[in-house]
Amino acid sequence: MNEILLKIDGKEVKAKEGMTVLEAARSAGISIPTLCHHEKLEPYGACRLCIVEVESRGWTRIVVSCVYPVEKNIIVRTRSEKVDRIRKMILELQLAHAPDSFILQDLAKEYGADRDRFEKEPSFCIHCGLCVRYCAEVKKKNAVGFVDRGIRKEISFIPEIASKECWNCKECFPLCPTEALQAAYVLMEALISPPPSLKREAEK
Amino acid sequence: MPRINSPAELEAFRRNLLSERDPNKTCITLCSGSACHASGSREVAASIQEEIQKQGLNAEVEFRRTGCHGFCERGPIIVIRPEEICYFQIKPEDVPEIVSETIKEKKVIERLLYTDPATNEKIVHESDIPFYKNQGRIVFGSNVSVDPKNIDDYLAIGGYSALAKVLSGMTPDQVLQEVKKANLRGRGGGGFPAGTKWEGSRNAPGDVKYVIVNADEGDPGAYMDRSLLEGNPHSVLEGLTIGAYAIGSHEGYIYVRQEYPLAVENVNIAIQQAEEFGLLGKNILGSGFDFIVKVHRGAGAFVCGESTALMTALEGRAGEPRPKYVRSNVVGLWGRPSVLNNVETWANVPLIINNGADWFTQFGTDTSKGTKIFSLVGKITNTGLVEVPMGTPLRDIIYKIGGGIPGGKKFKAVQTGGPSGGCLPEELLDLPVGFDELTKAGSMMGSGGMIIMDEDTCMVDIARYFLEFLTEESCGKCVPCREGMRQMLKILTNITKGKGKEGDIELLEQLSETAIEAALCALGKSSPNPFLSTLQHFREEYEAHIKEKRCPALSCKELISYYIDPDKCQACMNCLRKCPSEAITGGKRQIHVIDQEKCTKCGTCFEVCPSRFAAAKKISGEPVPPPIPEEARTIVRKSKEK
Repeated sequence: MNEILLKIDGKEVKAKEGMTVLEAARSAGISIPTLCHHEKLEPYGACRLCIVEVESRGWTRIVVSCVYPVEKNIIVRTRSEKVDRIRKMILELQLAHAPDSFILQDLAKEYGADRDRFEKEPSFCIHCGLCVRYCAEVKKKNAVGFVDRGIRKEISFIPEIASKECWNCKECFPLCPTEALQAAYVLMEALISPPPSLKREAEK
Repeated sequence: MPRINSPAELEAFRRNLLSERDPNKTCITLCSGSACHASGSREVAASIQEEIQKQGLNAEVEFRRTGCHGFCERGPIIVIRPEEICYFQIKPEDVPEIVSETIKEKKVIERLLYTDPATNEKIVHESDIPFYKNQGRIVFGSNVSVDPKNIDDYLAIGGYSALAKVLSGMTPDQVLQEVKKANLRGRGGGGFPAGTKWEGSRNAPGDVKYVIVNADEGDPGAYMDRSLLEGNPHSVLEGLTIGAYAIGSHEGYIYVRQEYPLAVENVNIAIQQAEEFGLLGKNILGSGFDFIVKVHRGAGAFVCGESTALMTALEGRAGEPRPKYVRSNVVGLWGRPSVLNNVETWANVPLIINNGADWFTQFGTDTSKGTKIFSLVGKITNTGLVEVPMGTPLRDIIYKIGGGIPGGKKFKAVQTGGPSGGCLPEELLDLPVGFDELTKAGSMMGSGGMIIMDEDTCMVDIARYFLEFLTEESCGKCVPCREGMRQMLKILTNITKGKGKEGDIELLEQLSETAIEAALCALGKSSPNPFLSTLQHFREEYEAHIKEKRCPALSCKELISYYIDPDKCQACMNCLRKCPSEAITGGKRQIHVIDQEKCTKCGTCFEVCPSRFAAAKKISGEPVPPPIPEEARTIVRKSKEK
């Protein structure tokens, strides 16, 4: 594997080819906030909180560090006025759904995000997809998935799978940046009213 | 039909085909595109067949059901060749007369001809009609002479000769260089140079590569790809096969919307026929080159027109864009190099190969070559599909071809580029259409949607409408798009309802920045365009809504009121009788008054009030004058006073 040299926040960082900017930064002790990233999972690039500025051949642009591969001699800035401004907006948009999430509140403090900027629509879920992807990629069970799309998108446990797999697992709960409230709730709801065919099976 | 095993056999077959076809034989062509189907083309076809039979003309007359002719406003369209007599808005009951008069007697039926609204003259020939005359139909023009379900028709106009040329005498690299030299840019929206995209795939490592047709056209009001795929599917297949040869692919996909059943049907028939002829499949034209094409029907998500989402959907997963920074021409479908081009882009390829890059580049501007098909819809006299050389001014498309704005209304804006495009005002009407020109003006080429708006259109409401469309169609994966649009839509809806606040414009601008900079895919990044372009060109409308609670176009329902001017009302009872919510009081010789409490603002009174009175009025941003006292409502007519 080739070694790649790049600069992150003024610091020379050595990275391996194929690494993402986020991995390179973290390996050098430089922190970049994330909400949908998990080291055991494929990069997802959904929360967009990990945006950074990348300068390459005199050209600066905003990229998402969890999927952007390291390149030779690029200059990465993990904080800038613009990066901070966009992160603040992303947090404010998320806080409309999960105003009580500790992770979001801590980040809000750091970026000066106003918890009340947008009208509250508490749904708890911020669609980071950690539970969905963990269940699919690590546990290979697909007991929880996304249903519908766009602003109607939500997570849902599939009762047929969840009733068999979830009680003894629940590994997704601690992953949830909004304290698994929604996950637990949706799971309970799914299990309280299992489809008739499963009920019959359980009675046997 | 026996297989054709070499380019020479193809030419021999073609010569034979043409020798059997008498160019002077009467041929009735009937437009059978989706738009004409909707206006009754199927029934007309049945009656033409019946009438030819009845009048014993089976041997003398050929009948061909073709794809879309483009002039959808006037469909169904019949063109009788070789005289090229053109009849519009044909009904089944017109057919017996057409057959007995025009076919048998060679007499033109005046009432079915096109009347030029400018000169009031009747026009007999298709090519003399201003709608057609001012176009340059190099791609779309073949539609009118081809029955898409019959490969012979495509072969008769020289079809697959470009493929034969490529397979018999050009290296893949020469094909690539020709397309690069032609500077063919993607017609699907991005305008990325096709040759560069192909080259990237060709040079990418791996033996398995794919070529894909993007026929997931989803822009509201746009149907050029649909009509091309329905009307001339072989031209797309031929282009795709040439592309496959150039990059070294042996498998192609056509990703077509489920909502386009005729396109799916016709392209499947075309594939089957091409396979039977040896123009697809193993050892094409005896060259040793193998290529197969499969059709995949999309499930109707707008975002699947985005390249990475389309490929994800093709793989059988939910159509969401990928977050990768590697281009899909290098890592695409199933991780393999994949060239995705739009229907129209592929259909241009055989033309470039046959006529050469120099011929192609004579059309267009410095950076946009060739022609572009637009679907001209909205408040325009001649709705339809038009193909013009790049660089044609918007004004020519709208006025010379489109015939201007109907109903004596004033032009206000043209929206190009689909929902994530932008609205351009009158001052920019002389702008030549081209990828960079449109982008510079704050809009974009997109796939070629062109929606014309007149003075009655509220630009804030238009921005709201497109934002609503995009919010519906967002896949919901990334925050700037899903959440940003949710908020933008809320704010815009509030503004159109008179609940706009100081600071709304600035907040919308910040949300726009977040989407442009941080959204995952092109749909998200361009989602603020409807807002930004209307703000750029029509800022005063936003300000009027927010500050004065006034809708200058008198369109936003919650900001307008209907009012009957007591000085003008002649108590004709028209509005009173037609008001669906019985909100109008009055009577014979009693001036009518609208009860604002009951009024639902449906606009019926405004529409039915005779123009010579023009008493019913729409007002916005001002209070409704109080109703005149009841005792003053009786109209005393002067004539009766005597």
